[in-house]
Amino acid sequence: MKYAYYPGCSLHSTASDYQQSIDSVFKKLSIELEEIEGWTCCGASAAHVTDDLLPLVLPAKDLLQAEKMGLEVLAPCAACYNRMRLTTHKLRENAELRRKVNQILRSDYEGKVKVRHISDVVVNEYGLEAIAKLLVKDLKGLKVACYYGCLSARPQKIVAFDDPVYPSYLDRLIQTLGGEAIEWPFKTECCGGSFSVSKKDVVLKLTHDLLDMAQDLGAEAIVVDCPLCQFNLDFRQEEVEKKYGAHFALPVFYFTQLLGVGLGLRGEELGLKKLNVDPFALLEKKNLRI
Amino acid sequence: MKITLGDHSRVFGKKISDMIGQNIDGCYQCGKCTAGCPIAYAMEVPPHEVIRLVQLGREEEALALHTIWLCASCETCTSRCPKNIDVAAAMDALRVLAFRQGQTGVEKEITLFHKLFLKVIERFGRVNDLQLMGRYNLLTLNPLKDWRLGRKLLAKGKLKLTTPPVKGLQEFQEIIKRVLAKRGEGA
Repeated sequence: MKYAYYPGCSLHSTASDYQQSIDSVFKKLSIELEEIEGWTCCGASAAHVTDDLLPLVLPAKDLLQAEKMGLEVLAPCAACYNRMRLTTHKLRENAELRRKVNQILRSDYEGKVKVRHISDVVVNEYGLEAIAKLLVKDLKGLKVACYYGCLSARPQKIVAFDDPVYPSYLDRLIQTLGGEAIEWPFKTECCGGSFSVSKKDVVLKLTHDLLDMAQDLGAEAIVVDCPLCQFNLDFRQEEVEKKYGAHFALPVFYFTQLLGVGLGLRGEELGLKKLNVDPFALLEKKNLRI
Repeated sequence: MKITLGDHSRVFGKKISDMIGQNIDGCYQCGKCTAGCPIAYAMEVPPHEVIRLVQLGREEEALALHTIWLCASCETCTSRCPKNIDVAAAMDALRVLAFRQGQTGVEKEITLFHKLFLKVIERFGRVNDLQLMGRYNLLTLNPLKDWRLGRKLLAKGKLKLTTPPVKGLQEFQEIIKRVLAKRGEGA
């Protein structure tokens, strides 16, 4: 298995632990990633609110590269994944838009390359049965809330690879690892995403509601596959606690970190020290010395 | 809010319909978008009423709303609309028009963040969080905003003081220049 890799900006900064755990886990799974050379930002949350062509041109530039590599694109960030899927969809459907974008890029991009979210590749392509065979540690007794967020679920016709309202792919992965995924109603509610800086109150409220529900229903940790969700739930957690007089102390793992624990990888190979809410006490409690 | 049908025009509804590639008149105000909107609680006019204003051609009112900037693009509205109206795309179209007309004062911090985000990627090719936060804090006259968080991110190696230059940056900047030259011609 080999993919054209589009890490996206977060994986080089605030989600460098996600990147570390992907590197370590994919090595174990023998999934090869070839980084798209000179990749640039997809425009994320800003391009599509300020211009009509920019949010298509930015992803198309790197999709064009991937098309030349002859590989499917793998994106670990839900926002990048979403923008790239929307771009390929729009450029395939709309010849006039395609012409405009190609004129700007001075290219002949056709929108054919397929973009995959990392979780889709791990769970559906590599498969849970194959993963089960490689496991050396059991997450028995660990109760987590799998949180999917918005951008790998909606708009469902273009981006979803599971049920868009109540997906279960991360839940099934956690069960494969021996852990327990709680049933909860906020799997695809929004965390406020990119408003973390410019409209923090909204993010604090939405993340409070998520953390509160997860804790009420017995979750000991949260599992995510999006850097924006992870940042808001983990790095804003103390502020949420202070503002709402709550106590959560819920670690927020990238799914690749827990998968890595199951595969027997060490904490430093998975960037676990880079999490804000300390995950080590919980892992110790579950007899997971890492 | 109470919306009366007296004051209306076809021009604006048509403009937004053209931008999103579908006829926005298909919306029959069921309110399903609003019911699912995670940020409706903070909006002065809920999403379905924004669509109504667009249908009635009330451009000035629509573009002056906090609502259009508060939309987090979670796409719940778009996914649930029984008439398949792309409500999130309509919000984008309204914001694009507001940006073009320089009408960004109603949510200064949100719009500043978007502008700086694009400036930073134009300069570096990728998001540089330290640059983005630094510029944002300076321009909002709040230099110490999130300083604890910043310190923690630095300590954890999640913020980098310098980033290696992106290969092909100049070509990328040329591409952005060509987009900006096209701006306003419509997509």
